Amino acid sequence: MDVPVEIEDLEIRLLLETMLLRYGYDFRQYTSASLKRRLLQCLTACDITHISDAIPKIIHDRSFLDQLIYAMSVTVTECFRDPPFYRLLRQKVMPVLATYPFINIWHAGCATGEEVYSMAILLQEEGLYHRARIFATDINNKSLHQAKEGIYTVKNMEEYANNYRATGGPGTLADYYHAKYDLARMSASLKENMVFAAHNLATDGVFSETHLILCRNVLIYFNNDLKNRALKLFDDSLVPGGFLCLGTKESLQFTDVADHFVPLSQELRIYQKRVPR
Amino acid sequence: MNGSRRRAVVMGTSAGGLQALRTILPVLPQDYPLPILVVQHLAACAPGWDPAWFAGQCALSIQAEMDKAPIRPGRIYFAPPDYHLLVEPNETVSLSIDPKVNHSRPSIDVLFETAADVYREGLIGVLLTGASQDGTQGLLKILHRGGTTLVQDPTTAEAPLMPRFAIAVGAATQVLSLEAIAQTLKEWGAVTHE
Repeated sequence: MDVPVEIEDLEIRLLLETMLLRYGYDFRQYTSASLKRRLLQCLTACDITHISDAIPKIIHDRSFLDQLIYAMSVTVTECFRDPPFYRLLRQKVMPVLATYPFINIWHAGCATGEEVYSMAILLQEEGLYHRARIFATDINNKSLHQAKEGIYTVKNMEEYANNYRATGGPGTLADYYHAKYDLARMSASLKENMVFAAHNLATDGVFSETHLILCRNVLIYFNNDLKNRALKLFDDSLVPGGFLCLGTKESLQFTDVADHFVPLSQELRIYQKRVPR
Repeated sequence: MNGSRRRAVVMGTSAGGLQALRTILPVLPQDYPLPILVVQHLAACAPGWDPAWFAGQCALSIQAEMDKAPIRPGRIYFAPPDYHLLVEPNETVSLSIDPKVNHSRPSIDVLFETAADVYREGLIGVLLTGASQDGTQGLLKILHRGGTTLVQDPTTAEAPLMPRFAIAVGAATQVLSLEAIAQTLKEWGAVTHE
């Protein structure tokens, strides 16, 4: 606690450089305040007093690196987070997607997958899932594994049931999972057209030609340079007329791609890529 | 302390906070030279909690788009419901959906601790009415980095637990009524101006 800010910041810089040089993980353009909080929390839990003491451990212990990456990048998520957003997807975006013979969806920063299953449910209910593919990516391998498993707690699912209802769903959320004791396993039919893959928005390239991209509450963790990099990837990846969905506090305003999109809903942060005339 | 070094105000409140903020914020003048960052717990967001109300009643302007907004003097930054509000070293705000801290998102500690690292001795931390233990660690960090802390007198607070908890661990530089906190902030702002 007695370390001056300048020294702490120096230690963090060295640690991030180590992660980059040793393993190619680049966290240097993440917003530093939350990164620092997460890092200090993880190191305290590992009984490491000074940030710089973690550096030799990172170099020589791959499992420690994985632990650190998990701590630095895991995000909180839920099924049908922000129900009004999903309601608008259902009402305004699904009818447009229905006009494509094949639908590619990229869920960037899918974390533990709750929203990927939400999307699959939406597509199934609109009769579109059989011709859709959801590419769900994250930097965090442990989260991706959990997403692929699709096993959540019944307690959480019961809370998400309210979200689902608020989106105007015709059934109940319980139709889509099998509960056993206190765990809920998502239906196998939802997983059929999901592809999970590791992808790093800081270093990797365009994913595929997509019609809808969801990247919600990821860009708040990036500084402006990295945010612009990620948005350029999305812009390059989307077909003209394709949709980009951000978190409810994230905006295209003042970004490099602001002119390339028109808002379908500024409030719910759904943007449509302009069609060239 | 040399008043001209004061650079920012952070404010945290929970139950009863709406009324407390309504007492303090409208007192500050349009040319107030410090930015004000506010965490109001969601649980306390009774009907009537609406930043737009402050826009009508305060001389200061309310920041609308929050993500990575530059922190400017004379402007109020409210943490959006369900997001932590943090201060970045380049004096912008950032948001996060990290897990709750002290059962709260936004958390007062998260704002206070990150602001303390950036503004250090130039930071004024204000903890108001509330029935939580959030904010105390943040005030201690502010003191540790050389800043000043004002805590609402628990006998004047709608919910005395939060200020009482902070005072008990020595996290308060001064213990004041809401009106006195408003006057102190106003005077310190005037000194900063000179």
